[in-house]
Amino acid sequence: MAKVLVVTSGKGGVGKTTSTAAIGAALAQAGQRVVVIDFDVGLRNLDLVMGAERRVVFDLINVVQGIAKLPQALIRDKRLDNLWLLPASQTKDKDALTEEGVGRIIKELRTNCDWILCDSPAGIERGAMLAMRHADEAIIVTNPEVSSVRDSDRIIGMLDSKTARAEKGERVEKHVLITRYDAARAARGEMITIEDILEILATPLLGIIPESQDVLRASNVGSPVTLNNPASAPARAYLDATKRLLGETVPMLVPSGRKGLMNLLLGRRAA
Amino acid sequence: MDSSVEPTRQLIRLRGRSYVAFVFTPVVPIVGWLEEIDATLARSPDFFVGKPVVLDLSAVDLSQSAVVHLVKSIEQRNIRVLGFEGVDAAHLDASMPPLLTGGRHCAPQLAVAEKRETKPQLTSLLLDSPVRSGQSVIFTEGDVTVLGSVGSGAEIVAGGSIHVYGTLRGRAMAGVNGNSSARIYCQSIEAELIAIDGYYQTAEELDADLRSRPAQARLDGKIMRITPLN
Repeated sequence: MAKVLVVTSGKGGVGKTTSTAAIGAALAQAGQRVVVIDFDVGLRNLDLVMGAERRVVFDLINVVQGIAKLPQALIRDKRLDNLWLLPASQTKDKDALTEEGVGRIIKELRTNCDWILCDSPAGIERGAMLAMRHADEAIIVTNPEVSSVRDSDRIIGMLDSKTARAEKGERVEKHVLITRYDAARAARGEMITIEDILEILATPLLGIIPESQDVLRASNVGSPVTLNNPASAPARAYLDATKRLLGETVPMLVPSGRKGLMNLLLGRRAA
Repeated sequence: MDSSVEPTRQLIRLRGRSYVAFVFTPVVPIVGWLEEIDATLARSPDFFVGKPVVLDLSAVDLSQSAVVHLVKSIEQRNIRVLGFEGVDAAHLDASMPPLLTGGRHCAPQLAVAEKRETKPQLTSLLLDSPVRSGQSVIFTEGDVTVLGSVGSGAEIVAGGSIHVYGTLRGRAMAGVNGNSSARIYCQSIEAELIAIDGYYQTAEELDADLRSRPAQARLDGKIMRITPLN
């Protein structure tokens, strides 16, 4: 029986799609059968990040509406044969998603794979609600800045009240994933600290992904960062986070990054 | 010697006691009135079980045979007639229930019993998880206690006081029903807005020295007093 994992945040541009692709690929590398579903109807991106944009025939909406069968719409990854993508529709409206249709797809997928990753759209509207609806676990992607943290808090509240599990009185297991963490700026006190984020969100930490050019580079070539350059700092952080997701205990490393000359000269700010 | 024992006389103790009974007031036509009783029994067959009734015949003028017939009709429906009211004593013979006088009105016992079944109203609300951004907790009946933080953009509205065993980052409105003695307590004050009985203060007006400290807010006339705890 598969676990349904929603990757959500409330705020846009924090790295939901990048994280879905990276963790989805890392889980597949670990031998799990993984399906990643793009719920961002109308603004799909996961197909680009996964490098499958030229192979899309049917999409999520087609399956919801019964125009296509689920196996027809699933796109198998070219690099990992136990990783599939269910793309969103770019032309349809978000209202084309129905709760009944999404429930049917999740139910069908649950019997055939190990992990179902739902890439949520930004916001708290229909798409985001349906992406989290059937979740067993949730990754809340947060940037170290106040607006992102507050939006994450809002989303955690909804995970605790609006999901199918919450309505049955069960819990959705939640993890915070801090992305775009800039060690140099954190050292200068320009970012909200990890301790503060965790204190505000009162939710366990899954990992800290450093801000890196490697993420953008991987997106541009259509490859999850964990496949494109597994030795890079963000890829290692995603691989560690994935191990934690699978139940391993991995020490949490705060990415420090190399200090430049200016940092050495001007290391500490006077009070 | 006379061995016979004089029997001790048993004293009869007379005590008064009052009971509550249903009073039936039949109206003409009696047949129509009996149909009404049947309709009640159809809805709840056990309604009159163990509840003897008194017949108040003041609204009708019945002959003796008619009274006998009425009592029979009622007893056929498994309702016991305890006595009569408002009827000439000459109409009743020894085999019929007695004439009662001096009855007083009282509220039907049923309503009292129903009230007891409802739960006693809660006067406080306990939340043992954090209140997240966008959540709104409204409890006008009394105090609200939160074991956790109240997130930025969250809202607590209470008729009584508000206690937050965590950081208060959102809005807290206490004493919304005009309770000016309500107070707000928190482990760490970073509130966006604090209000008691309609008098409010925003984060901007909050004393910078108080920020992130345990604090208490109360109303002193029209002035909001926010003081550190300890």
